[in-house]
Amino acid sequence: MEKRRIIVQNQEDIEKSLRRIAYEILEKNKRGKDLVSIGIMKRGVTLARRLSSKIKEIGGIEVPMGALDINLYRDDLSEIASQPILRKTEVPFAVKDKKVILVDDVLYTGRTVRAALDAIIDLGRPQFIQLAVLLDRGHRELPIRADYVGKNVPTSEGELVEVKLVEDDGIDEVIIQEEK
Amino acid sequence: MLLIKNGRVIDPFNNIDDYLDILIDKGRIVEIRQGREEGKEESRVTQIIDVRGKLVVPGLIDMHVHLREPGHEYKETIKTGCRAAASGGFSSIACMPNTNPVNDNQSVTKYILDKAKSEGCVNVFPIGAITKGLEGEFLTEMSELKNAGVVAVSDDGKSVRNSELMRRGMEYAKNFDLLVICHCEDSDLTVGGVMNEGFTSTRLGLKGIPNAAEETVVARDIILAELTGCRVHIAHVSTEGSVRIVREAKSRGVKVTAETAPHYFSLSEEALESFDTNLKVNPPLRSVKDVEAVKEGLKDGTLDVIATDHAPHSSLEKDVEFDYASSGLIGLETALPLALQLVKEKVLSLSGLISKFTANPAKILDISKGSLIPGNDADITIIDLSLNKKVDINQFKTRSRNAPFNGWELEGEALYTIVKGKVIKDINGLVV
Amino acid sequence: MPLQNKDLLTIEQLGIDEINLILDTADSMKEISTRDIKKVPTLRGKTIINLFYEPSTRTRTSFEIAGKRLSADVVNISTSASSTVKGETLKDTGKNLQAMNPDLVVIRHSVAGAPKILADSLPASIINAGDGAHEHPTQALLDAFTIREKKGEIEGLKIAIIGDITNSRVARSNIHALNKLGAEVVIYGSFTMIPPFIERMGVKVASGMDEAIKDVDVIMMLRIQMERQSRFLFPSLREYSTVFGLNLDRLKKAKEDVLIMHPGPINRGVEISPEVADGPYALILEQVTNGVAVRMALLYLLIGR
Repeated sequence: MEKRRIIVQNQEDIEKSLRRIAYEILEKNKRGKDLVSIGIMKRGVTLARRLSSKIKEIGGIEVPMGALDINLYRDDLSEIASQPILRKTEVPFAVKDKKVILVDDVLYTGRTVRAALDAIIDLGRPQFIQLAVLLDRGHRELPIRADYVGKNVPTSEGELVEVKLVEDDGIDEVIIQEEK
Repeated sequence: MLLIKNGRVIDPFNNIDDYLDILIDKGRIVEIRQGREEGKEESRVTQIIDVRGKLVVPGLIDMHVHLREPGHEYKETIKTGCRAAASGGFSSIACMPNTNPVNDNQSVTKYILDKAKSEGCVNVFPIGAITKGLEGEFLTEMSELKNAGVVAVSDDGKSVRNSELMRRGMEYAKNFDLLVICHCEDSDLTVGGVMNEGFTSTRLGLKGIPNAAEETVVARDIILAELTGCRVHIAHVSTEGSVRIVREAKSRGVKVTAETAPHYFSLSEEALESFDTNLKVNPPLRSVKDVEAVKEGLKDGTLDVIATDHAPHSSLEKDVEFDYASSGLIGLETALPLALQLVKEKVLSLSGLISKFTANPAKILDISKGSLIPGNDADITIIDLSLNKKVDINQFKTRSRNAPFNGWELEGEALYTIVKGKVIKDINGLVV
Repeated sequence: MPLQNKDLLTIEQLGIDEINLILDTADSMKEISTRDIKKVPTLRGKTIINLFYEPSTRTRTSFEIAGKRLSADVVNISTSASSTVKGETLKDTGKNLQAMNPDLVVIRHSVAGAPKILADSLPASIINAGDGAHEHPTQALLDAFTIREKKGEIEGLKIAIIGDITNSRVARSNIHALNKLGAEVVIYGSFTMIPPFIERMGVKVASGMDEAIKDVDVIMMLRIQMERQSRFLFPSLREYSTVFGLNLDRLKKAKEDVLIMHPGPINRGVEISPEVADGPYALILEQVTNGVAVRMALLYLLIGR
């Protein structure tokens, strides 16, 4: 039996979502001073990069970008099947007193964001951290919520959400697939 | 009377290789004769052992054994050592003097002989020390030792470092026609060494013992033998150079004989990759080239004897870091099957191999063993050449377990060991 | 786990992929030591025991810091204060420690093969921090990491290792590592310090200092041992440093951008002159920094789950 696959976002949808989020960020952070973005590896980084360039385009503001590998902060290292390969965290600015926009592709249980929050705070004390995600698929296991959401897509736990981006995968699309 | 029937009798001393029966009475060989028809045996024959298809040879002799009693009974006693010997097919063993106290005086010699008589099940021939306490300083009272029953003198475990003392030791031993057995090792060249110096020691970062450490002293002791006219026997030859030196000396008529141990033709230095301390032995396991030379030496007669250098050690000495482990491995119960491999490899003929365990050591020690002669003690070993067995050290009769051969698949074993007409080992195992 | 074995005993046992994984992971770890809060929670609750039978400040401290930066609980045992003095065997010490459930034991010992004894008898992961003259795998890994950082790639480089090769576990581990990574290794030292058949390990033996160092990309100097047993290996420090030492003059014969490395501690003025040790191309201190990162990577790869 073939697994059902639905494309919930195509290239145009993703572009629109990111554009809208950029506007929302600018609206919420009037002067954009001390604004930085940190993407969670690996597609969060791609999205953060796109957001930064959109914010520059729309508001003329430079938003320095960082890349975060959260694997050392995971709470499930002893449960997952294979040990994650580490990537290098590169945050080329001090986090202290900055307004951090944390960017990820999918918000699901919230555990990844929790780990990212711990990682960022270990780097310094920001003014605040706001969360921007392309997709919120529900099923939170921790009290975490996004400040900026591209699209809310209710899913069941048996479904797999795949985000593909041109820079990483050659195409922009978000797919939901039955896991079984 | 005991009759051993239908076996293939090989007695190199008497040049016998034939299907013969042996009649034994009151502990001595009565007759060696052609087989008689079934039922035509003497009425006094109370026991018949039918060894059709098996080999019947003079009781095997191991002239290099460490019995550890007195002093280190936790490793081996005269009793357990003898049982191990009998289990391995040996009816006579010569034991080295590095006990505690050292066998450097008649009391210790007497002690060993008494213990052997009351508790040992095979013939025990003590070897006395060359120097008091094996300290390489003062000569022992060799006349007294000889009278007490030693068959040779040796400082085995070490060399006599002082060449002048070694020379005088040989001259003094000559007074009493005592054989001097030489452990050849320059302890300065070996200092700290734990295995052969070669590629394996280079790779493993373990301190190596060069061939030269053995060869320089083999040369020295042979030259001293020439100088003094003393009979000399080189113990545990392990290197190509040593074989060459002995061969050359023999060709000039020097009164030197030599032995090697089964581990020097069954294992080489590469095995030490595992850091298994049961492979730590002195002299160390050598290179493949040396192993080939040792086999060649056995083949052309340069090496007269195979002797095990049976050296029991307990887990206290062996279950430690490699550098701290004592050297030595047990050999009485694996010597025969390992040696029989040489026949398979066509290094030796069956008769040639047997002579390394019988006629040759007997001649060197000057004991009336190692041959089947009517009137002599009935020391006989019966061998099953085709018995395939996986070595299981937990079945060993020796008290210790320091052997690297555990699990080896070997062919050939002693089925019966008969000492002075008494069956000590039969097909079911030790009788004592 | 991504490493094939539960233990790291030798470089010889490691595959090229494993070495690269360790070096890549070390890259990620290095960043943590530059932060204000030099800690991540990854090994929280894990217990690491440093069992050092040989004195060492640098390696032991490096392992200790590595473990602590990953939030592990690190315990140091140095044998002058321990039960070994009372005659306890290594195996018994190991079993006693295991009864306290460590996740990993780092052992340094003066006898080759000692870590294997622990690895075979304990379920904990064992890291060899140096066993006799046999191997010192973490040193070779941090050396490779350092070279890679500077030169981009190790394949195709030419590296000279100079000094007492016979007694050097650093030399052996480095020879294995550099060969696996595709470098060409040339060694040099006094004949008294070159072990037999060393060429079979995949190295060329140079016949002089100048020949050894010209055209190489990296020079690794080994420390000379000053213990009593070494007195037959060379007659005097003065002559040793003249013939086998690295100084500015001699360095003129080498490539201009040659890198100088040393596993430490250095004997200033003996195998390496102060000017060279403190000079611009000496990476000695970077080796130390990288040592923490590499050890963090190993701890993560072995017990980070």
